[in-house]
Amino acid sequence: MLLTKDRKLKSKINTMNTIENIKEQYQQLQSANGSSALTSIEQKAFTAFSNMGIPTVKHEEWKYTRISSLFNKDFQFAPGRLASSFSKSDFDALHLPGFENANEIVFVNGVYNEALSLIRSAAISVITLEEASKNEHSTIVSTHLGHSSQYNKDGIHALNTAFVKEGIFLHVAKGKVTEHPVYIYHVTDARVSNILSQPRTLVYVGEAAQVQLVETFITLGNSESFTNQVMEVVVEQDAVVENYIIQNDAAHSHHVTTTHFRQIGKSVVHTVTITLNGGIVRNNLDMVMEADRCEANLFGLYFLKGTTHVDNHTIVDNVNPNCLSNELYKGIINDQGTAVFNGKIYVRQKAQKTNAFQSNKNILLSDHATVNTKPQLEIFADDVKCSHGCTVGQLDEEGLFYLRSRGISFDKARSLLIHAFAKDVLEHIKPVAIRAYVEQLICERLELN
Amino acid sequence: MLSIRNLHAAIDGKAILKGINLDIRPGEVHAIMGPNGSGKSTLAAVLSGRADFEVTDGTVDFLGKNILELSPEDRAGEGIFLAFQYPVEIPGLTTTNFIKTAVNEVRKYRGEAPLDAVQFLKIMKEKMALMNMDQSLLSRPLNEGFSGGEKKRNEIFQMAMLQPKLAILDETDSGLDIDAIRTVSNGVNTLRNKENAVLVVTHYQRLLDYIVPDFVHVLYNGRIVKSGTKELAFVLEERGYDFIKNAVNEGQEA
Ligand SMILES: Nc1ncnc2c1ncn2[C@@H]1O[C@H](COP(=O)(O)OP(=O)(O)OP(=O)(O)O)[C@@H](O)[C@H]1O
Ligand SMILES: [Mg+2]
Repeated sequence: MLLTKDRKLKSKINTMNTIENIKEQYQQLQSANGSSALTSIEQKAFTAFSNMGIPTVKHEEWKYTRISSLFNKDFQFAPGRLASSFSKSDFDALHLPGFENANEIVFVNGVYNEALSLIRSAAISVITLEEASKNEHSTIVSTHLGHSSQYNKDGIHALNTAFVKEGIFLHVAKGKVTEHPVYIYHVTDARVSNILSQPRTLVYVGEAAQVQLVETFITLGNSESFTNQVMEVVVEQDAVVENYIIQNDAAHSHHVTTTHFRQIGKSVVHTVTITLNGGIVRNNLDMVMEADRCEANLFGLYFLKGTTHVDNHTIVDNVNPNCLSNELYKGIINDQGTAVFNGKIYVRQKAQKTNAFQSNKNILLSDHATVNTKPQLEIFADDVKCSHGCTVGQLDEEGLFYLRSRGISFDKARSLLIHAFAKDVLEHIKPVAIRAYVEQLICERLELN
Repeated sequence: MLSIRNLHAAIDGKAILKGINLDIRPGEVHAIMGPNGSGKSTLAAVLSGRADFEVTDGTVDFLGKNILELSPEDRAGEGIFLAFQYPVEIPGLTTTNFIKTAVNEVRKYRGEAPLDAVQFLKIMKEKMALMNMDQSLLSRPLNEGFSGGEKKRNEIFQMAMLQPKLAILDETDSGLDIDAIRTVSNGVNTLRNKENAVLVVTHYQRLLDYIVPDFVHVLYNGRIVKSGTKELAFVLEERGYDFIKNAVNEGQEA
């Protein structure tokens, strides 16, 4: 009894460190930055964060994903400035394939690093959210920044929003096809200490514009990292947006990634979320289809080893009629990996003729691997086509025997089947260099040449 | 080359093969016929190493090796090939990638260097032509959406690529039109030589017009209950299996 009490007390004190640090940073930035259009968003979020705290497993949406205990550890948090020694030569080693033809946006410890970033496309501009809230984009900012809070009602999301002034605004000019993809690097420099970072981005894709976004996460050093990222994307009429998230970070890196699309005009959004490595990873993906005839593709692949935990929470919200969404998440879980899939589809009363399809398929490769999968459909319109399905199984024995009977070794046959299973997600990665890169990572994991 | 002695096999405790004896020498063609459910596919599966079946008694010697101790892939390396009655569909794995991997794995087992892309392509084109196969099948996922005939041709194509010493064809003729039967048989016959052998499982005598057997065996209720020359196939075609079943059930050799 006494021991338990004692431990409780201790963990409480430790919790104070990171949380206290966050509070201190908040106060400092509030007085340093002074008051602006974004101040009230921050203040509201900070109050929400203070009230709700870091979500525990008691929170309905966080039942299987335990991030609160991470806050028992000491994390350094320095949102207002570039506090890392991360240099250009450090960055040279980290570029994604195809970077020579890409726009590159670099966050280091959650803070936009303009010197390392490079914008090649005339249609694209990057400024701070604080700036954007004061210039000709102020209406966009005031209308859309923080919209994701309506879908992510928890303290960890509020925590990011409490520091929005440090975030960036990415503007894609209307009517332009951006030939160069936009690579976004979330670098966490944990070479000296545990680091908490909170990148924040608002992306505005103008009418009939087209853009490909590729996000990747890199932790340097052996200390732990915790990246609590929020990206909100506003999609105008006739725009086409592709978003690829590649998570192949260190096993001691933790991530809460929230990607919130708001399709305010008839548009197409195409997303692929790939998780190959990490500690605790939570991906929130919201697809808010506010306009008539929107289209969205949501693909995901998680291939887990070690003790990686991945939780994909997706929301497709059909607000208006005639929208189409296609969702396919596939998982391969090895070792003690754990996966969670929660796919919500809302069809509002007005959203007649909605077509919403969802599928989650899992293969467990080890006796210690686990998966929790839950489709959640809430349909208030009557003329809709919705389907969902989830499977959890092992590798197909028949297929395995077939390959082996042709002389293919057990290990190789298994690898080929896993690769084959992943294929119908991988083929939706459209930028060739990125697809080849992900293929390569998977083939390396499978020891396929 | 293949010597099966008193082979017993069971699945989930249920005995399926109940004492099979069979000898196949290099250059020979053996046909196995028999009513549905008699154990023909089971025999083929046990020979190629399917783990679902438990060998409860008996031995199988292939070129001096006890193959029952070998994994399916090692048996393939030793030269055993099974053309499946129901070829498996594998979405996501292209036929080319599959066959290339198989060929090089078998070559590795046999101590041969892997084929380079040019050599591989050349051989593959040749065998595709032999099997009258459409090139477009190669880039498609393995067997997925293939017609029944295309699947069976693909089996023999694989056989041609892997050059086995013993080919076991499990109802490769079922569902094939007469032209396809000719193509498939032609493929098999092209592969035949003095060193290798073929074991054909079939329900129809007509296949045996093309792949002419030296011996025909009748499998019934897990045993070979009658053996003969190719003429036996005609008798079976004409009279069905009843006379054999009756004889067996009356306890005498048919
Ligand atoms: N996986 C299995 N589980 C249970 N019983 C099985 C299994 N596989 C085969 N059997 C049984 O074993 C027996 C022999 O089956 P097998 O497939 O070998 O017959 P067959 O002679 O090939 O028949 P057919 O001419 O219909 O192809 C049948 O009674 C079948 O039901
Ligand atoms: Mg059969």
